Amino acid sequence: MKSSRLRLAFAAVATATACLWAAGPVMAKEPLKIGFVYVSPIGEAGWTWQQDLGRKYMLEQLGDQVVTQIVEDVPEGADAERVIRDLAQQGNQLIFTTSFGYMNPTIKVARQFPDVKFVHSTGYKTAPNVATTNARFYQSRYMAGVLAGHKTDTNVVGYVGAYPIPEVLQGINAFTQGLRSVKPDAEVRVIMVNSWFDPGKERDAALALLDQGADIVTHHTDSTATVQAAEERGKRAIAYHSDMQKFGPNAQLGAVTHHWGPYFTRTAQAVLDGAWQPDQVWGGFKEGMVDLEGFGADVDDGLRAKLKAMEEAIASGQLKVFSAPIKTNDGRVILAEGALDDDGLNSMDYYVEGVVGKLNKG
Amino acid sequence: MDALAPLIAAALMAGTPLMLAALGLLVNEKSGVINLGSEGMMLVAAALGFAVAVESGSTWVGFAAGALAGAIMAAGFAWLVVWLSANQIACGLALSIFGVGVSASIGLPYVGATLKAASWAIPGLSEIPFLGRALFQQHPLVYTAIVLALALSWFLYRTRAGLILRAVGESPESAHALGYPVRRIRLAALLFGGACCGLAGAFMSLVYTPMWVENMVAGRGWIALALTPFATWRPMRVLVGAYLFGGITILTFHMQALGVPIASQLLSMLPYLATILVLVLISRNVDWIRINMPASLGRVFIPNR
Repeated sequence: MKSSRLRLAFAAVATATACLWAAGPVMAKEPLKIGFVYVSPIGEAGWTWQQDLGRKYMLEQLGDQVVTQIVEDVPEGADAERVIRDLAQQGNQLIFTTSFGYMNPTIKVARQFPDVKFVHSTGYKTAPNVATTNARFYQSRYMAGVLAGHKTDTNVVGYVGAYPIPEVLQGINAFTQGLRSVKPDAEVRVIMVNSWFDPGKERDAALALLDQGADIVTHHTDSTATVQAAEERGKRAIAYHSDMQKFGPNAQLGAVTHHWGPYFTRTAQAVLDGAWQPDQVWGGFKEGMVDLEGFGADVDDGLRAKLKAMEEAIASGQLKVFSAPIKTNDGRVILAEGALDDDGLNSMDYYVEGVVGKLNKG
Repeated sequence: MDALAPLIAAALMAGTPLMLAALGLLVNEKSGVINLGSEGMMLVAAALGFAVAVESGSTWVGFAAGALAGAIMAAGFAWLVVWLSANQIACGLALSIFGVGVSASIGLPYVGATLKAASWAIPGLSEIPFLGRALFQQHPLVYTAIVLALALSWFLYRTRAGLILRAVGESPESAHALGYPVRRIRLAALLFGGACCGLAGAFMSLVYTPMWVENMVAGRGWIALALTPFATWRPMRVLVGAYLFGGITILTFHMQALGVPIASQLLSMLPYLATILVLVLISRNVDWIRINMPASLGRVFIPNR
């Protein structure tokens, strides 16, 4: 009895395998299934919203060749691993995991599904079937600083940050470099709210900065609260992640945004062509992954043209955002000549000259 | 001095939702029921209040809807824990988790909608230099919360109804034996608490940050829960605690922006550290806790007829 059942099982497996084998060439014409894991609901603005715009862009470009499946609002941690594994089991051949905290789950699941391709955003761990991607936000931050430099009257600009980690510090420092390239005496005041998403705290921080004389505020947090606070006070703001004109029609000077569409499209195309590589992309203006857009009505054509030229200079590598001299705000010289390389960017742990505040290092 | 006025104004604003919710929870707890659902009730009220305000164009209708939503959720909670004698802790936690999900789905169509931020000023008083900017340019609900704290300390300790409410919280058996309807009194207390949490939630989405985004209450419901033992169940101490918490939060932001050389992580801990410090100081005085904490807090009461 036992052996016959076993034989039956073997037969079933063999048949299934044979079917799969036979179905192989047919399946190749099936659309490529692509899974997306989002850390928050898609909403109307913000990190995940931009990711989803990228997904839609890719669908537009590749049409019938791809189908996508999304799981939104997935907490970073044990749940993420389950969701990623589910997506792999459901036959997705390419999976984008779009938040830093998905790094370890992605690597773990990738090991169990060696034939599935994974792309993880903003992390650093890789595997033979895991590529990584990130955007050089600091490039558009620099231009936002230039924009603020032309528009500030008080020479004080406020910056609401989430956590003092390299990604955030790159933004603050690039912004300050840009600001002071226009107004050498201007200063940037920073408040870290120690949260990626807490509209109440973000608003309080923005108002505190405005109360202390800032006439422009910008933010490296996830909600629209900073832009709304500026709108409420009749001051100006530079939005982050998404164009937030809707939330601050009079306040928004511009928006520092990121765009994943072209990258998603290239990646999916590479998988379709069988040319996919587990590469590490850190793209900026050159790759079309970052932008400064959504300008306020009072940003005149001259300034727009100047910014456009600057964008091209950054894209071509002519203009380096972090070029010497780079001095910290407590007088340390980081770089006397040349430009900061990627290692220098990734280990950034200081404020440049012009930032008010002190970073404590443990 | 010029920098101080906006700081005080912001602290009053930051303390108000905490105070409203904590006063409601205090009344719950005085009746002997602990409702851990405050975060969920605040979220649902914030989402619903915002939706109603956007549709009707009136923030006051939004406030009413928020208070009503809080009260309805509290009614469901009351049915579970007062009539069916379910575990209060478990039901409260469930209510909070439930609120997170429900508010997200109610609010979904309204993410990105905006309300006009109105500015308020008391004519005359708001013209006073310094004081006007610090105290008299606030939303009416900020003053309502202060009045509510005063009213509750009068109600609880100076009226017969307040005495009965406290009796129900101290010893429901005795109150029952004297002929008081323990269950209905607890229901009333819970409805009041729910409405207060609802007002606090609506304040978040209508005044504090006039928008709706998922999870925007961001833990303030839990802080309000912590404020009641912090205040040893005394309304005026809730007021002090809420403003202290709000004030320290705002102060840390101003210190950072001025470049005070203290790590931001340390500063973010300050409001919580201060709360723990006060709690420790209070618990050193055993009488304070023993006299004020409702003796039957969290215990199930089943009337024997």
